[in-house]
Amino acid sequence: MLKLTKMASDNKVPVVTWLPVIGLAWLVPGGGHLLLQRRSRGLILFFTIMVTFLAGLLMRGAMFQWKTGDLFTTLIYCGGYLADLSSGILYLFTVWMGYAQDDVAGHVHDYGTKFLVGAGLMNVLAMVDAYEIATGKKE
Amino acid sequence: MPKMNLSHMEASILFALCASIVLGLVTKRTDRERLMYGLYCFACFVGTLFGLGWLMYFGHG
Repeated sequence: MLKLTKMASDNKVPVVTWLPVIGLAWLVPGGGHLLLQRRSRGLILFFTIMVTFLAGLLMRGAMFQWKTGDLFTTLIYCGGYLADLSSGILYLFTVWMGYAQDDVAGHVHDYGTKFLVGAGLMNVLAMVDAYEIATGKKE
Repeated sequence: MPKMNLSHMEASILFALCASIVLGLVTKRTDRERLMYGLYCFACFVGTLFGLGWLMYFGHG
């Protein structure tokens, strides 16, 4: 246990090393990789997440609002809101420019909502990857 | 803003493609491993799509 704690403290990376990477990776999908000179991966992530998000938007997917109530309502709405928010600038521009749709009935709208959430979750994966690269856990 | 109308199949394939690209990119260490894992994920998505489709078809009689 002592050995593990010592190893963890030896491997501690300063916050200033990874925080800007995480911040940029959240704001611009693939931005963290671009900052770390992983250009091709950053660009592929950017375009893939952008395509997913735009497809969701063009299918008139709804953006989740922060809403609490019973357990499932809280899980779905708060989880969906956090996932939408994870898209960074894509989410912010959509809300600021008034493209966020209300939740309406219809299967295409429903696919769109899932695409928007999926884009945010993909960006979370990209952020974790950028963090691991910034802290030296990964090439 | 134009509206995109995709069928369930088209939407699923597009989502599978995008998710597979991201999963392949962020989980593996070499380009070859990334490509193979991305293809594997895509195959799993599409296989599940067809499998569940047939399951629902037979389930409904």
